[in-house]
Amino acid sequence: MKEFKFTVTDPVGIHARPAGLLVKAVKEHASTVMIENKDGKAADAKKLLALMGLGIKQGDEITVKVDGADEDAAAAAIEAFLKENL
Amino acid sequence: MQVATGIKIVNGIAIGKLHIFKAPVYEISEAAADPIEELARFEQARLKVQEQQHALYEKALKEAGEDSAGIFEAHEMMLDDDDLIDACKMIMTEQKKSAEYAAKEGFDNVAEMFREMDDPYFQARSADIIDLKNAMLDVLLGNDTDSLQGTEPSILVAEDLAPSETVKLDKSLLLGLVTREGSSNSHTAILARSMNLPTLIQCKSIEDDWEGKFAILDGYNSCLYIEPTQDLIDSLTARRNEDLKKEALLQELKGKTNTTVDGKTIRVFANIGGPADIGAVQQNDAEGVGLFRSEFVYLNSSEDPSEDSQFQAYKRVLETLSPKLVIIRTCDIGADKTIDYMNLDKEENPALGYRAIRICLTRKDFFKRQLRALLRASVYGKLGIMFPMIISLREVRECKEILEECKRELANEGVSYSKDIEIGIMIETPAAALCADELAEEVDFFSLGTNDLTQYTCAIDRQNAKLEPFSDTHHPAVLRLIQMTIEAGHRHGTWVGICGELGADPTLTETFLRMGVDELSVNPKSVLPLRKIIRSVDLSKSQS
Repeated sequence: MKEFKFTVTDPVGIHARPAGLLVKAVKEHASTVMIENKDGKAADAKKLLALMGLGIKQGDEITVKVDGADEDAAAAAIEAFLKENL
Repeated sequence: MQVATGIKIVNGIAIGKLHIFKAPVYEISEAAADPIEELARFEQARLKVQEQQHALYEKALKEAGEDSAGIFEAHEMMLDDDDLIDACKMIMTEQKKSAEYAAKEGFDNVAEMFREMDDPYFQARSADIIDLKNAMLDVLLGNDTDSLQGTEPSILVAEDLAPSETVKLDKSLLLGLVTREGSSNSHTAILARSMNLPTLIQCKSIEDDWEGKFAILDGYNSCLYIEPTQDLIDSLTARRNEDLKKEALLQELKGKTNTTVDGKTIRVFANIGGPADIGAVQQNDAEGVGLFRSEFVYLNSSEDPSEDSQFQAYKRVLETLSPKLVIIRTCDIGADKTIDYMNLDKEENPALGYRAIRICLTRKDFFKRQLRALLRASVYGKLGIMFPMIISLREVRECKEILEECKRELANEGVSYSKDIEIGIMIETPAAALCADELAEEVDFFSLGTNDLTQYTCAIDRQNAKLEPFSDTHHPAVLRLIQMTIEAGHRHGTWVGICGELGADPTLTETFLRMGVDELSVNPKSVLPLRKIIRSVDLSKSQS
């Protein structure tokens, strides 16, 4: 399993549209990707509404856990996506 | 007359009849005979609604732009959410309920989850889910959703509007929008803003018997007048006509060049005081920023602003307006602009005193913080740096040397900056205007600061009202200095603009064009009126 942390800089947080794009990006990989908010609540990053339900805001540090056959590539791609969009 | 108040989302005035928009009522039968059939109906409706959301995305993209349209793209994705769909399917297969009932329950649960969140942005998303639920129910029940608006142009009054309802509205029948609920975070508010539609939300005292009544929505004062008095009708109609005139001007001139009848084109830029004015630059279609007064970073701070905080402010303006040229004037404090933390001595004669570049050249660390911030921000757009209050060649050379020093430092630190920065000076002292030939050798552009130039040329304190009878804003001496400066600049390939108040004086526009001015930088509101004048001037004929 690969794990990394990321701090959200987008002023609105992980809002609807970037969350949707994130789900799309995650679905391109076979690995399971879990995102944990600062309170330790986790959601499957392939599920848009659950992800939005974490209520992640600007300044929040999130933990991303990637587990599966393509975890190295998936973790790198997701980290790049987060940096660029959130 | 009745008056209702709310919270304005968009300024502007709408005058017309009220039309009360009634949300559809859904009658749903719970029980279902065949779960397989219900699953199929649900799936069909889901795909249909996704298709509709995509069409709304396209419509919103065209009418209101990418920012507003994005929510419909998110809606499409929400309809693909496994948790949501599985929950609805369970209701049909295990509880043996109808597709309508399953949609209602499944979507309501998600809406409830959002409603209970702490953050107002996420709370407002419950309206998106309800919007999708209603779209599902409309498809499943075969409701006609297109005829809710009436047939004549009206001010629409509603409890609340879902984003899809807002986008579906026929804009040619829509004068304004009033809702009892709604938040300024809602997509309805965002759409209203991007469509520039006079809008009030949180207007609590809406009454059902207003249907069909004549009303005025006054967005400037956040009021809705029902059956207003004649006086009010007259004054608000006049204001509305003024707005319409401005809008017509914008429609007529937006995107056009500032070209005279005989084909000479100049640039019309905007003067701004900070990042908050970026919107005005864009709305008024200015081609760039000819004077960005950097004082705000010093005046809005209780201590000497750091390099980083300055960098952020400059970056924001450059990035947002890129690729437009943004000319940032370095610190111009002193004289009438004083700041506590600078500890400036009280002076007998501050206008002739320790100010602007004179402070910067004697407090080099202070100056370098700003120059480094500017250089770092330069990679985000097209930057011009302008030095104020110049009187001599020595000063210009010194400023440029310090700038080079900052560049070397940044290069050593591995920090990048643009190689394509224009350097210019303000011509606001008679000394600079008279030495313009020498100064022009050193810089890419001149910008005439006519307020100070007039004050220094005529020896008239511009803040002393008693001197009013002696003051002549079109003094021939000032106009001659302007002409000399333009000619000197052109002899050395230096372009010359005007960023003082005279630049926006419509009675001088033709004179400046004849002098050969290359750019006028004015307050954002004057950009289009000035464009209109320039486009009417014919330099091949003698001046009228």
